[in-house]
Amino acid sequence: MRLRFKGLFSTAIAIAIGAIILLGALLPVGGLVAIRAVLLQWAVILAAVALVVGVFNLLRVHYGRISAREKGSFYSILLVVFMLITVTLGLFLGPTDPTVMLLFNAIQVPVEASLTAVLAVTLLYASVRLLRWRTDLVAVIFIATAVVILLGTAPLPFLGSVPVLGDLIRPFVAQVLAAGGARGILMGVALGTLTTGLRILFGADRPYGSK
Amino acid sequence: MNLTGLAALGIVGISVVLLIVLSLLHRRTPFKFRDMPIYSRLRRAIGLAVEDGTRVHFALGRGSIVTPAAASTLVALSALQRVGERTAVSDNPPIATAGDGALAILAQDSLSSAYDSAGALDLFDPDSARAAGLTPFSYAAATIPILHDENISTNVVMGSFGMEAALIADSAERENIFTLAASDQIPAQAVLFATTPDALIGEELYAAGAYLQSGPMHSASLAVQDLLRWGIVGVIVGGALLKLLGVL
Repeated sequence: MRLRFKGLFSTAIAIAIGAIILLGALLPVGGLVAIRAVLLQWAVILAAVALVVGVFNLLRVHYGRISAREKGSFYSILLVVFMLITVTLGLFLGPTDPTVMLLFNAIQVPVEASLTAVLAVTLLYASVRLLRWRTDLVAVIFIATAVVILLGTAPLPFLGSVPVLGDLIRPFVAQVLAAGGARGILMGVALGTLTTGLRILFGADRPYGSK
Repeated sequence: MNLTGLAALGIVGISVVLLIVLSLLHRRTPFKFRDMPIYSRLRRAIGLAVEDGTRVHFALGRGSIVTPAAASTLVALSALQRVGERTAVSDNPPIATAGDGALAILAQDSLSSAYDSAGALDLFDPDSARAAGLTPFSYAAATIPILHDENISTNVVMGSFGMEAALIADSAERENIFTLAASDQIPAQAVLFATTPDALIGEELYAAGAYLQSGPMHSASLAVQDLLRWGIVGVIVGGALLKLLGVL
């Protein structure tokens, strides 16, 4: 019974706040806009607190893996040790201190840059494999478009830019066909966003966990 | 109030009315949507995972609930709850990974609700929903080992992802894990199209609730999307014709 009441209460709060935020965005009436601004500030603060909770959750999961001596727990030890070092340095020296920035620039940035390079290779390999599972016209058009855009964008050795491809076909594909298609997709995404929001407002979707 | 605000309010109002009417109609006579084999394959893969004692992994992406990416994230949470209800009593419960603190908490709540609905709340492990990494590539780097080590047979990549989703999908493909992948971002849709056979394009992501039988409201909202889309097509074509005739 207590759980059910809690669920009803959280659903009522979510619906009321959702309605205020929506009306505040569409009807710029003084009081409504002010309440909306305060609620959005609260949401941002709560999201920041949730970030800290997320970090603790990450710590707990990896501590559990280390305790259970699971496969790959050595990486969990590394993660926990470096997380504690970074948090301690950040708290005592401040996030803009050169030592903290060095940790970020010497470890985080190169690792993420390397993964971007891995992504480029992965995509090249995936485009080769694509015709294995998609043998339809769409797959052929997808690969042909990617090749045309690549040839039209990147200067080729000894040739430079390809005349017709670089200044006629590539701009047409990118600015007319792709932009038109992207607008169509974005319109669909906007309609999906609208109906998802309405389901939350009706209480049909309750991601905050109440039954 | 400006004209744009008024028009937006009108569209929201029409959508609300349509949602209520179509929801009531769906209860009487369920709608039939076009066949989407991807969702049939997902249902089959989930059934097989429960039968053979393997896990379902749900990657929720990095969409924060205070950004415009919240809608795709909420759709993914709804799908997670549905998948959780079907797999709660499995020997190996599902795992959800998030790239945002708030999203990890919501994923825990969604899974907890799913276990509660399945009457197995005592089996729920809060660590089955976790924040994996807080930047795009750290999230992908933390998710890939889960696919290798945690006996995963079904991988759902759904939510707000950038191009890092390709690394997760490709890794799953190498492990012969069934992957359903969907993102609200166009670059991610392009790379997912190339890396996995079961990628959802455009607004197909928002149809997840209707195809996973999450309830009449989900089916009604999909029908509302279709009706509004036809309305927009009519307005665009009509506007173009009027412009051609010199009326506008």
